[in-house]
Amino acid sequence: MNGIEFILANMLAAATPFLLAALGELVVERSGVLNLGLEGIMALGAVIAFIIVYHGGGHLAAFVGAGVAGAALSLLFGILALGFRANQVAIGLAIGILGQGLSALIGNSYEALTVTGLAKIPLPGLSSLSVLGGLFTQDIVVWLSLSATLAIWAMFRFSRLGLVIRAVGENPKAAHAIGYPVIALRHGAILFGGAMAGLAGAYAATVYTPLWADGMIAGRGWIALALVVFGTWMTGRVLFGALLFGAVSLGGLAAQAQGVPVNSQLLSSLPYIVTIVVLGIISSNRRLLKINGVASLGEPYER
Amino acid sequence: MLRLPRFIRRDRASTRMAVLAPLVAVAAAVAVNLILYLVMGKSPAAVFHAMLLEPFLSWASFSEVLLKTGPLLLIAEGLAIGFRAKVFNIGAEGQFILGAIFASAIPVWFPQATGGWIWPAMLILGAIGGALWAAIPAFWRVRLNANEILVTLMMSLIAAQVLNYLLLGPWKDPKGFNFPQSVMFQYDAMVPILIPGTRVNVSLLLALLSAILAWAFMQKSFRGYQFLVGGLAPRAAAYAGFSEARAIWLSLLIGGFAAGLAGAAEVAGPIGQLQRSISTGYGYAAIIVAYLGGLHPIGIVASSLLMALLYIGGDNAMVSADLPIAAVRVFQGSLLVFYLAATTFVRYRLDWGHGTKGAAR
Repeated sequence: MNGIEFILANMLAAATPFLLAALGELVVERSGVLNLGLEGIMALGAVIAFIIVYHGGGHLAAFVGAGVAGAALSLLFGILALGFRANQVAIGLAIGILGQGLSALIGNSYEALTVTGLAKIPLPGLSSLSVLGGLFTQDIVVWLSLSATLAIWAMFRFSRLGLVIRAVGENPKAAHAIGYPVIALRHGAILFGGAMAGLAGAYAATVYTPLWADGMIAGRGWIALALVVFGTWMTGRVLFGALLFGAVSLGGLAAQAQGVPVNSQLLSSLPYIVTIVVLGIISSNRRLLKINGVASLGEPYER
Repeated sequence: MLRLPRFIRRDRASTRMAVLAPLVAVAAAVAVNLILYLVMGKSPAAVFHAMLLEPFLSWASFSEVLLKTGPLLLIAEGLAIGFRAKVFNIGAEGQFILGAIFASAIPVWFPQATGGWIWPAMLILGAIGGALWAAIPAFWRVRLNANEILVTLMMSLIAAQVLNYLLLGPWKDPKGFNFPQSVMFQYDAMVPILIPGTRVNVSLLLALLSAILAWAFMQKSFRGYQFLVGGLAPRAAAYAGFSEARAIWLSLLIGGFAAGLAGAAEVAGPIGQLQRSISTGYGYAAIIVAYLGGLHPIGIVASSLLMALLYIGGDNAMVSADLPIAAVRVFQGSLLVFYLAATTFVRYRLDWGHGTKGAAR
């Protein structure tokens, strides 16, 4: 397998934790709320899912458990951010620290254990193509994540719900005046975002690299947050960004496998460096951010 | 139907609540975490004793609390200035690491050097290193409009890799049995001890000095006032000619400088060499310290002592009550959650829905 084939075959799986978490955060931010706690929520989802799979509960139960755990932790975020009107940046950081601490505590006796991942499902016909074949041989979660991307895109594009979420994010006062339940919708978005981050963690710890280690999320929650900005709050671009990061995290490995000497610390830093560079490029286009950005993002809403 | 109480904005912020909030938060965090330990099958009494009482019971352990207070205080004072101006530098961990690296350059490259200039030079170099690391997110924010929260965090993750690179490669002690650590520093590279018989060194004085400087800056100077206005009412501040760019640069450089100084003081103090575990999450814990101290320079002195107590108490509880060290991180996180909930009562009061005014939903 050459480098290109390696990247094509594994890019989608590498991208999936980014994609799931970023899609959830996209919906949250579209509703006008900034949840910075993704890293901790992903870590909690990861450890819950890992423990369920480790004890033979299977992947379905693991993903459900991780989703519920992620939603539960984000419910706490929602109560504080919306109910208590706490500073969203601070409360997001707090939830992130709490989630990472909880994951380390819960996973304390599972450190460095491994489980078995998921089987890959080839798409008939396409998977036997040369070079591109690997791209069409993926596990079920990858296929479902891509479907979820399409569903969220369609929701924002065509559905009334998507329109209402955007209205709430753009101008909560006006949305309230028309009769939309601003706070309830935001709570809903936060729960959805938390569940998605939980699933992202579950995928990272039980499918992509099926092991548990404290700190294994390794900044992916933060990169997912950056991806929402890269994607300028648009579903298709978030998918593109996630794929880019999937490829970046594999590119160095592929180069190493080809015998190109790559410093391993540089390799580990590559996704972070790329995040900083791309964030600078996208953000410097102030007009783009202004047009696509969410007007009330991070602002507490008071009637 | 059950009606939830509503928050009603107070006419003016409650000073009483501002003082009570951290105390309520600590009490709530202690209560909830003790219940958690009970659920985990540990004895809450034993943990309480080991974590919150033992550090006070001997001078030796209390001096360790003071030792940990130094870096937390220093970093949190720097961060709080930025937080007040709504510049969220969450990358103090990386700035701390860079400070440690810059400071270590002298003893690593000149292990034979002697003289009283070495440790002060290391501290200055460390502070510069931290400030330089923070200058990148400042540039990114001011010139490229990039969110400083994400960039500072990414810079921290990169800093950890830079440290790994140095310790596994060029700076590894050749006689260190292949451990990822530098040579042990020479005597003159160590910050002098402040309290004989303990490990508390002169850097604690620097931390206290930083609190006084921060207090003078925030409470007494015009520029500090600009920061506050810039954070509370950015439009009014811009209208009055306050430069947002300058506030961002200053916030990040001060934060990086303080964190870098703290990092330098760690390697030139209790650790005495550059190694992987130079920071036990000080940069992140200092965020909690800054908030818990109400972003007030004097409040932060108290909150940094409390956080240092948690560190030492957590170590104690690990040894004597078999509590996983991760429990300290849970305690830290829950403390910030409770504090942020409690501060809501400074600006709001609860309305239980008995009054009719504006109760219609």
